[in-house]
Amino acid sequence: MSDHDDAGNDAGNDEHELVEAEFDADEGFDTEGFRTVGQERHATELVALVAETSEGAQELQPRGDTGSGELRREVGAVLRLPEGNYIDPNDIDIERRDDETMIINMGPQHPSTHGVLRLMLELDGETVLRTKPIIGYLHTGMEKTGEELTYVQGATNVTRMDYLSPLTNELVFSLATEALLGVDLPPRAVWIRMLMAELQRVSSHLMWMATNGMDLGSTSMMIYGFREREMVLSFFEKTTGVRMNHNYIRPGGVAADLPDGWQDDIAVICDTILVRTFEYDELLTGQPIFRERTEAVGNLTAEEALALSVTGPVLRSTGVPWDLRRTMPYLDYDKLDFDVIVGSYGDNFDRYSVRLNEIRESIKMIRQIADRMPAGDYRVQDRKVTPPPRARIDESMEALIHHFKIFTEGFRVPEGEVYLAIESPRGELGCYMVSDGTSKPYRMHIRGPSFVNLQALPVLLRGGLMADAVAVISSVDPVMGEVDR
Amino acid sequence: MSIESATAGQAGTPSSVLPDVPRLPDRSVSQLAFPPRERYAQMVRAFRDSGFETCADLCAVDYLTHPGRSLPDGVKAERFEVVVNLLSLSMRQRVRIRVQVPESDPVVSTLTDIYSGTDAMEREAFDMVGIIFEGHPDLTRILMPEDWEGHPLRKDYGVGRVPVQFKEAPGPR
Repeated sequence: MSDHDDAGNDAGNDEHELVEAEFDADEGFDTEGFRTVGQERHATELVALVAETSEGAQELQPRGDTGSGELRREVGAVLRLPEGNYIDPNDIDIERRDDETMIINMGPQHPSTHGVLRLMLELDGETVLRTKPIIGYLHTGMEKTGEELTYVQGATNVTRMDYLSPLTNELVFSLATEALLGVDLPPRAVWIRMLMAELQRVSSHLMWMATNGMDLGSTSMMIYGFREREMVLSFFEKTTGVRMNHNYIRPGGVAADLPDGWQDDIAVICDTILVRTFEYDELLTGQPIFRERTEAVGNLTAEEALALSVTGPVLRSTGVPWDLRRTMPYLDYDKLDFDVIVGSYGDNFDRYSVRLNEIRESIKMIRQIADRMPAGDYRVQDRKVTPPPRARIDESMEALIHHFKIFTEGFRVPEGEVYLAIESPRGELGCYMVSDGTSKPYRMHIRGPSFVNLQALPVLLRGGLMADAVAVISSVDPVMGEVDR
Repeated sequence: MSIESATAGQAGTPSSVLPDVPRLPDRSVSQLAFPPRERYAQMVRAFRDSGFETCADLCAVDYLTHPGRSLPDGVKAERFEVVVNLLSLSMRQRVRIRVQVPESDPVVSTLTDIYSGTDAMEREAFDMVGIIFEGHPDLTRILMPEDWEGHPLRKDYGVGRVPVQFKEAPGPR
């Protein structure tokens, strides 16, 4: 019976090809082989597509065109093992042929890729074999812009990088500038910075809970997460004047003192959000569908995470207790009592749990900071670094000159270079700053945690299902503004 | 899993790593080393073997308009510098390695076979400053489009400007 069917199909194909051949002959093409004509047409279409996107070599190439080193990287074989077990052919399926798999494109306009992330995935049915993130769609040259702005203006620029935690960007920029300047901050400025950084972590993690819930189909989590984040943003608006991109933490301190009655606002925020994290437990943590979709999905080992320079909750979910607030304290974090949350399996569920519990730890810290907030100045009283109070300008010529100099020329920073890192909600946020003695940074490089963490995607997605890809991308928590800068 | 068990475990003291390479004191890192280009990868590997498990950051700097920076004796200032920040979780230390890369031959060896995580960082340094990392599996542009000309973070690459009209322009009226 099968023979009969095959014969029938063959006949059908022949008929079809005959028709095509006639058509081609009329057009004046070379009719030597029908397949060649088809392949050429395919190649022409491919060239047209590549020319349109102009990302040619950055894209995921067919296996035949990929070198072994590159192939190994794309399938996520990151560990440099001894020669003997360097390549496991079964692991990277080096023998798999291109016609058994399919390369599909996801993004940059995909609604679930958290911005303009573009992934090219090689699939075998539903299973992801190779992944290549293609980034740069939000590149705005912020490092180049930073070289054109003075240190006073610089915080306005960096705050737009990681737009979900703008205050941590300002913090690392200010700390790097102050390290080069060699100024010591008054204690109140330090503690206000800690307060704002921890509130920022709460708001950023809430935003993550919201979008991660959305990616897994829990639209109520989406609404709840945004609702709670709104409370924190309202406090930011009250303190800094804007909800995002505050330019609040500046070299030399913070822009303004906390508003009257801030303790009450903080108490309300802490109480409400803490109670609601337990509601999230009921909604998601114990829910069978949620656990089914997150447990043992997107696994990462500690060795892989360290080799890939992954930091933040993604690293801690693999069980490595590395939190810069604890291990290399900056500001006054060594005076606070808090726990570093670690996971054990490095899967999606661990990354969820780490972030949820970090919200609780941050609330613990915010309460301690609010109780122990020192009195005093909220910025250094060095008129070469921070502007004088507005009232002084009317009375003192010197104050007017200082004010004018700071906002036209800015302050000069001694020559040198420094690398400073803080724990942003996404991981190690570093700033490598080079000064040539003028009032503008000679080079300002930001080490974005999302940029580095994205390298883990090929490892996380490898062997998983296409349907889980969205959840895995979300669990890394990339913010494209920081990835592309 | 603790930090110790997550790492290779052959911990040595970082000062014993290639002691003949020039160094400078620094406030923020425990070591600031200036290896010559040929020994750069060797030095990074030695640091990795002495307990620096992860490469925190890699970037390149173009010193075209700031040639007179302070360098230790015996290190010749070149136009480009590749800066690597390594991090040891077990020792809670950072080291920084700065390599001089000449303009005529902006090539250094890749670190991807030592730290896989430098892959994207090296692509960024190539894209932005034009340093070529020899042996990198996929050295393509990462932030700019593939057909972009020039390397934007070089100092001789101009910043785009938009002319600002402060006075009212003479209109067609």
